[in-house]
Amino acid sequence: MAALSDNVLITITVLAYLVAMLLHSADYAFGRQSHIAKAAVRERELVGAGGPPVVEKAGGFLIGQEIKPRAKLSMLQIALGATVLAGAAHLATVVTRALAAERMPWGNMYEFVLTVTLLGTLVWLAVAIVKPEVRHLGLFVVLVQVLLTGVAQIVLQKPIGPLVPALDSYWFVIHVASVATASALFLVGFAASLMYLLRSGYDKGKRGGLYPYGRLFANAETVERLSFRMHAFAFPIWTFGVTAGAIWAEAAWGRYWGWDPKETWAFISWIVYAGYLHARATPSISRRAAAWIAVIGWATMLMNLFGVNIFFEGLHSYGGV
Amino acid sequence: MSGVLAFLRNSWRQLTSMRTALTLLFLLAVAAIPGSVLPQRSVSAENVAGYFRVHPDLAPVLDRLGFFEVFAAPWFAAIYLLLFTSLVGCVVPRLADHVRALLRPPPAAPARFERLPFHTVVEDPETVNFKGWRKLKRELPDGTVTVSAEKGYLKETGNLLFHSSLLVILVGVGIGAQWGWHANRLLVQGPEQAFCNSLQQFDEYGLGPMVDPGDLPPFCLELTGFEASFLDNGIPKWFEAEVNGDRKFRVNHPLRLDGASVYLLGHGYAPILKYTDAAGKSQTTVSPFLPLDGMLTSEGVAAFPDANGSDKAKQMGFEGLYLPTAGMGRSNHPEERDPALMLMAYRGDLGLDVGISESVYQLNKEKLTRLGDAKMLKKGDTWTLDDGSKLEFLGTKQWITISIRHDPGEPIVLAGVALLLVGLPMSLYGKRRRVWLRLNPDGTAEAGGLPRTDYPGFEDEFKKVTQWPRSQTTS
Repeated sequence: MAALSDNVLITITVLAYLVAMLLHSADYAFGRQSHIAKAAVRERELVGAGGPPVVEKAGGFLIGQEIKPRAKLSMLQIALGATVLAGAAHLATVVTRALAAERMPWGNMYEFVLTVTLLGTLVWLAVAIVKPEVRHLGLFVVLVQVLLTGVAQIVLQKPIGPLVPALDSYWFVIHVASVATASALFLVGFAASLMYLLRSGYDKGKRGGLYPYGRLFANAETVERLSFRMHAFAFPIWTFGVTAGAIWAEAAWGRYWGWDPKETWAFISWIVYAGYLHARATPSISRRAAAWIAVIGWATMLMNLFGVNIFFEGLHSYGGV
Repeated sequence: MSGVLAFLRNSWRQLTSMRTALTLLFLLAVAAIPGSVLPQRSVSAENVAGYFRVHPDLAPVLDRLGFFEVFAAPWFAAIYLLLFTSLVGCVVPRLADHVRALLRPPPAAPARFERLPFHTVVEDPETVNFKGWRKLKRELPDGTVTVSAEKGYLKETGNLLFHSSLLVILVGVGIGAQWGWHANRLLVQGPEQAFCNSLQQFDEYGLGPMVDPGDLPPFCLELTGFEASFLDNGIPKWFEAEVNGDRKFRVNHPLRLDGASVYLLGHGYAPILKYTDAAGKSQTTVSPFLPLDGMLTSEGVAAFPDANGSDKAKQMGFEGLYLPTAGMGRSNHPEERDPALMLMAYRGDLGLDVGISESVYQLNKEKLTRLGDAKMLKKGDTWTLDDGSKLEFLGTKQWITISIRHDPGEPIVLAGVALLLVGLPMSLYGKRRRVWLRLNPDGTAEAGGLPRTDYPGFEDEFKKVTQWPRSQTTS
């Protein structure tokens, strides 16, 4: 079971995410309803009209266009299907690992990263089902998944071991489950923020760097709202997760808060995401500024997930890196 | 004078503006970063000392700026106190507004519904469903009847609850810092090592400024048992300590005493050594050896200051390693499967009565002479030294390190966090909105809706409330 999880299933998972990513890219480039193709048509029409150069302000595509009945599966649907398969392999990886270890699969960094990314995929698939108009966001989600699961397999993988006594607590389950869920939601929220930044930047006429890709994405308002919803959903769960950690820390180490590096970065992330929610609720602050704060928030989450375990010595280094 | 007042008023407005609050939030986040990058005294004083050794020029400068105690530094406090001031300045007026809004009935209907984001003609006013809305009916002199309905007051309630709970947490943290205390010590098994709660008994302690040493709760602890279980590869499965014969505690399950909790931090072995000098006078020590690795390879010393009569120059000290499962210079397993001591013997002045506090885990070798090579002792072995004196390895005792802590602010912080967790979803998911219904004297009726916060679902709700006859929105 352990060999199956650690060799076969994880490899299938990473490859499946990679395939989903390639399919998403192919959808952007050559899909039947290819946005590049559409953009090309649009540009031709604009040029043909002979009018002044017009910056396309409306959303990238309309819902009506997307769910038009078609004879063949669209590239986008195939990409989503690949994501579902990747998610299934991912779930199997985590479940077999847990069965082999006979405990929750959250005992070290490898297992924690796999759990967070699995939850991220599940959140993403739920969003993709409920909101077909944001499915193109999948490229970003799957890209992050390829990177994180790849890093997990290549760098972080460790043989199965029992929990050290410090982790033998039901607060372990509550703390890690809530922190992992919140991280997964922040991940999807981050992808949406990134997409919003590119799209709204493109709408504003920015053409440098990655901005030209902005025209490929769903309309700016939709992704911005999705991003806010993800963050607004994640923030209380994150708060609860940190609280559960504090209650556990009181029982394990005798104090609820001690500025251990992991605690410090959890605090920093909390502050940054609180800043995002305030900025988002303040009319005088632009949505783009708020989205940048969300991107910084995700950077602090990554710092906490990887940086703290790698660079600093602290109480949260049970499983090693 | 008015200039000063205007300046103060402007400063206050500036401080309580959202932009300032956001700037302070980010300053706080940035200011916390050095607290994770640089070693902190509150977390590990040894790491700070190590940093001083590696960076002898930079460290004193950083120290003066408070970078080794970031979370107690004046500049860190300045940021969060300004932030909390800004928070109070924001919350208090909003609280007043909210109380007023709660007391005041929903406002009268605007004259023209077309100006509202949503409005519709209502065909059958009887079907309009205001269940769950706070509403007020007004009859105007010209015979028009209006109904004003409002919902979502909980959003602002939650918002205020969330921000007020941060103040509760701050108060709780402050009380903990002033009235809390902690103390650490190493406790060896056995009645002769038992101790009672007083400061002299601790290896390290910290009392809040408001704590008098005489106020510490009275209790005595004796380590009467310790059990540990390990896997074959040496990874620990669990530990459990037993004190005073019947109270057991372990990692994650502290011993809760009246007025303090006792936490199990670590454990190790203390070899029992008996030294018999040439004159036949013997002395026995139980010396805790400190672990160097996960397999409990431990190092320590045993000092016999009273050996060989009152001649200081003939005091005896031993220094070396204890290996619970003897391997090549280190232990192969944390359990005592093949225990061995590797000791070096020293003779001379141990320097114990100079008055300088010396580590009990190291010998001061200034006036000591080493006697020959290291010697390996198994349990029960006797080592006969050059002068005919003997050292006998009698066995070991377990020791544990414990932390005793009390933080009276904890319940307040916990209550604050509970309030925060209640207020947060209310404030994030609540939606303030208003709907008006007007029955005109000529028998027609119309309705208008105004979402007061960002609320994409309002259109659906408005349709449900007004039984939407046909699509007639203006948005």
